[in-house]
Amino acid sequence: MDKRTSQKIAFWIFRLLGWFVVGVLLWILGFIVYNGIGVISFEFIFSKPTGVGMLKGGIFPAIIGTFCLIIGSMIVAFPLGVMSAIYTNEYVRDGKFSKFIRMMTNNLGSIPSIVFGLFGMALFVSLWGRSIIAGAFTLGLLALPLVIRTTEEALRTVPDSLRIGSYALGATKLQTIRRVVLPSAFPNIVTGLILSIGRVSGETAPILFTVAAYFLAELPSSIFDQAMALPYHLYVMSTSGKNLVAGREVAYGTALVLITIVLMINFTASFIRRHFAKKHGGH
Amino acid sequence: MNIIEAQDINFYYGDFHALKNVSLNVAKNSVTAFIGPSGCGKSTFLRLLNRMNDLIPDTKLTGKCLINQEDIYAKKADVDALRKKVGMVFQKPNPFPKSIFENVAYGLRVNGIKGKDFIQNRVEESLKGAALWEEVKDKLGRSAYDLSGGQQQRLCIARALAIKPDILLMDEPASALDPISTSKIEDLIYTLKTEYTIVIVTHNMQQAARVSDTTGFFMLGELIEFSDTKKMFLNPDKEQTQNYITGRFG
Repeated sequence: MDKRTSQKIAFWIFRLLGWFVVGVLLWILGFIVYNGIGVISFEFIFSKPTGVGMLKGGIFPAIIGTFCLIIGSMIVAFPLGVMSAIYTNEYVRDGKFSKFIRMMTNNLGSIPSIVFGLFGMALFVSLWGRSIIAGAFTLGLLALPLVIRTTEEALRTVPDSLRIGSYALGATKLQTIRRVVLPSAFPNIVTGLILSIGRVSGETAPILFTVAAYFLAELPSSIFDQAMALPYHLYVMSTSGKNLVAGREVAYGTALVLITIVLMINFTASFIRRHFAKKHGGH
Repeated sequence: MNIIEAQDINFYYGDFHALKNVSLNVAKNSVTAFIGPSGCGKSTFLRLLNRMNDLIPDTKLTGKCLINQEDIYAKKADVDALRKKVGMVFQKPNPFPKSIFENVAYGLRVNGIKGKDFIQNRVEESLKGAALWEEVKDKLGRSAYDLSGGQQQRLCIARALAIKPDILLMDEPASALDPISTSKIEDLIYTLKTEYTIVIVTHNMQQAARVSDTTGFFMLGELIEFSDTKKMFLNPDKEQTQNYITGRFG
């Protein structure tokens, strides 16, 4: 076989595998949309679940709960994660300490989420009881390694020549970080934060013990209340009802709403990202 | 008057002895060029004048370096203040991902200058000083990345001029540029020397001969010869210098 033929075959294999990945994604999406679209209605989105086994009504409390948890966990994870990434990448880049931090971060990232749930229960639930704040802290800790790692990668894409150029003008390290490094890295940092939002909004295990309620008659009124959440609702509807077939339909609808929320967040974020990339004059 | 006085400077990267007993004086409002083969220490010497070498871990310096009669490596020396007085232009243009205006204003802003009119005037003055004003005056809000490489390098010069340094260090400022941009930078060096003291590192001996008043020849970390540029190129004292400038070794 000559070089050109083997190159052609190789590229075709790559191409097919690439399409395969897209195909799997479209298949999952199509499956959820096909099965879930039937139950989607104004009522489904904006009303409380009612009836035996929550088969009637909607999933409004779960949507609200998920939004609360997303926002809460981001408030926990973003500042902590971004600041520690700045510390390891800008202040102690090649030191032993930064290597240690990086190693621990990676370890933190490989802990199964159910273990985070248990930890959250032991620490945050005993502090605040089962509540949005306990869930937000647990999810925040789960998102932390991802936030740190993606922020670090974003900071690393900022060429050192820019930092050096800034120091050469008499800027301090902090000024350089604030005025040059962070604005340049911002679009990529945002992308990392979005990835972690996607991760957090779909997690079930960490909220299982810390915040999620099977059913609540009222919406939460403060961060110290329990809340319903979409992933947990999905789990409940597809495993623990008396009428699993009927429950399955609500589950598909819930899945569709969850996926839509995540995709909407992603699109908003990539819009913001592009907007900033333009504004800050990146390539 | 000497604006720079270096006395018995030794510099080490870890175990590597990069500068060996270098002593030299630079007169105010002159252009000094450093030439020599790659790795000879000329850039290392340049970078110690604004303490850029501080950013490299595991380095050591002995000897004394006075700028305006002040020991810049004294314990109490303020590095940020030094870098305000000693500006630098790098080998590759490194504008910030900001607008043309903000690039030039950057040095003023980080040094706490706030007056809007003042900044505006200084930006214009600096861009004129770097012979870039005519080309960019209508698009100051555009990204610096929209400029060509040569324009970007002049922008970096303008950025350095904006904080009114006494000394301008240039580390092979034209090596990444085309011949036309290079000659623009060289013209600029010629006009800038009325107001600034310029120290330039270059690979290009013709460039050193064209722009400088004084030339230093470095080899293997030693300052082999340091003298008037004309004398250096026409009638050098040392054989090594003669060999290098006539291209007998690289």
